[in-house]
Amino acid sequence: MENESRAHGLDFEAPIVELENRISELRSFSESSEIDLSGQLEELEKKCEEKKKAIYTHLNPWQRVQIARHPQRPLTSDYIKGFVSDFLELHGDGAYRDDPAIVTGLGRIRGRKVMIVGHRKGRTNPEKVACNFGMPHPEGYRKAMKKMRLAEKFNIPIISFINTAGAFPGIEAEERGQAFVVAKNLQGMASLRVPVIAIVIGEGGSGGAIGIGVADRILMLENSYYSVISPEGCAAILWKDASHAPRAAEILKLTSSDLSRFGIVDEVITEPVGGAHREHREMLQRVEETILRHLDEITDIDPDLRKEQRFRKYMDIGRFADQQEQTLEDRG
Amino acid sequence: MSEKQGEPRPNRRRDVPSGLWMRCSGCSKMIYRNLVVERGNVCPECSFHFPISSDERIRLLCDPETFDEQFKELAPADPLQFEARRTYRERLDETQKKTGLLDACLVGLAEIGEVPVVFGVSDSRFLMGSMGSVVGEKIARGIEMAREQNRPFIFVSGSGGGARMDEGMFSLMQMAKTSAAIQRLHEAGGLFVSILTNPTMGGAMASFAALGDVIIAEPKALIGFAGPNVIKQTINAELPSGFQSSEFNLEHGFIDQVVDRQQMRSTLIRILAYFCQEA
Ligand SMILES: [Zn+2]
Repeated sequence: MENESRAHGLDFEAPIVELENRISELRSFSESSEIDLSGQLEELEKKCEEKKKAIYTHLNPWQRVQIARHPQRPLTSDYIKGFVSDFLELHGDGAYRDDPAIVTGLGRIRGRKVMIVGHRKGRTNPEKVACNFGMPHPEGYRKAMKKMRLAEKFNIPIISFINTAGAFPGIEAEERGQAFVVAKNLQGMASLRVPVIAIVIGEGGSGGAIGIGVADRILMLENSYYSVISPEGCAAILWKDASHAPRAAEILKLTSSDLSRFGIVDEVITEPVGGAHREHREMLQRVEETILRHLDEITDIDPDLRKEQRFRKYMDIGRFADQQEQTLEDRG
Repeated sequence: MSEKQGEPRPNRRRDVPSGLWMRCSGCSKMIYRNLVVERGNVCPECSFHFPISSDERIRLLCDPETFDEQFKELAPADPLQFEARRTYRERLDETQKKTGLLDACLVGLAEIGEVPVVFGVSDSRFLMGSMGSVVGEKIARGIEMAREQNRPFIFVSGSGGGARMDEGMFSLMQMAKTSAAIQRLHEAGGLFVSILTNPTMGGAMASFAALGDVIIAEPKALIGFAGPNVIKQTINAELPSGFQSSEFNLEHGFIDQVVDRQQMRSTLIRILAYFCQEA
């Protein structure tokens, strides 16, 4: 895993990757030659940590978008494998087809029953193709809602992992009512009385993301993004040129810290220095703990009150000027 | 006359231009302007439905003098301090001056066929009728008002952009907000009639506009999730003719009726009478 991660190093990570490579070379040389190089290794590791810190504490939005899309970043399936025990995948939307771009199923997190819903991107190339690169068709959203209704019936909390570039823009997707299923999910998730936690683990691509994202708590990994439009799409509209995506990422205010500041996101889950793709185990542990903490906070609320609070939460999102009051409403 | 002869096609988004004669965007024929206006801005030759302003829509659908605008003090802010080639603030100021509107939709109390309703309409002249915080807030408040006063909610959508990019995630979240409000209205047994006009796409279509108990579209309107150009680029193929039209959506089972503009009011009155009268 770590070697692959290096192979996929991003441009701005090059100095880190270079140090990491030197460390692993030195380590294998030390092991094969039985020469003690622990002093040099320690020094290099220290240097590498410093470099990581220096780079990763000053990431710009576009760099974060790239990290969010990093091929070695933990995926929904990694989180399921990592801390959902007893996972029983439940396929199908009961109407048209099983959409592999969304995975749904029953499981337990430290013994507590949960219904898992999440975008599935796939790791290997054949997997990616099979999952349509995590871009669902209408049947994917319908499947998610079907399983959420099942969870509702049996009072099982829902955990939704968001990681999609967007709902798929295609002929068949439109023929099968992409807009209508996303809308139905937004309405359907507002009707749920069970706890719902949504976590943006990588890409939060517009309608395709929010289509499984109406929740009591919206969490975001530090280097994930959540946006009304992709930086490339925004750049194509504003500058007629997708290569201006870095600038678009800047102005769209799509990072976890922006959205936390806006009050749209309830908590940002810090990533290990160097990004989630470097330390899967650590990342998984942080996500598991954060989910459990939020579950604890919202599980004991009366179901109708919880639903009411979720409704209020969304009703309060928006910023506008109320000219009558002559004050800027600043509600988050 | 054809485009080949160098005749520029009129901008589809523009309102009916002034002057005695005009060229139809649908059939390219020269048509007599008064006749078009008389028919609710519909081409007498090919039934092309020209975009109309929110005021005209209110005149066309509501009982005369009954529209009482609500929440009209809400004006857009610039939460992202969005700046590309021009700032969002500049675009807002200019559009506000040009249209006399504060933002892209009007919501109010009204009567249609003497049935009291909450009526809303988006205005495509204002940044393509896109949904930012103000539009989302007005729609959500309108739906809540409908629920509280036990009135049907009628909304005429027309939004090419869907969500308003300049307000970033605040815009995307309006999708969830308006849909949650519809769910509440639904639980209270309230009626929502959604009317779709050209175009209704993206964030507007993938939220409240798709959630009508009854969904009616004007003919040949563009209705869908992703824009045709985005789809074309993604799949690298031409799109079938009539793709994402009202008729396409009717055929695939997503809307209840395609209704001409001239019959829209009488159709609404029939629907309201059916759902809102005892017998
Ligand atoms: Zn015509």
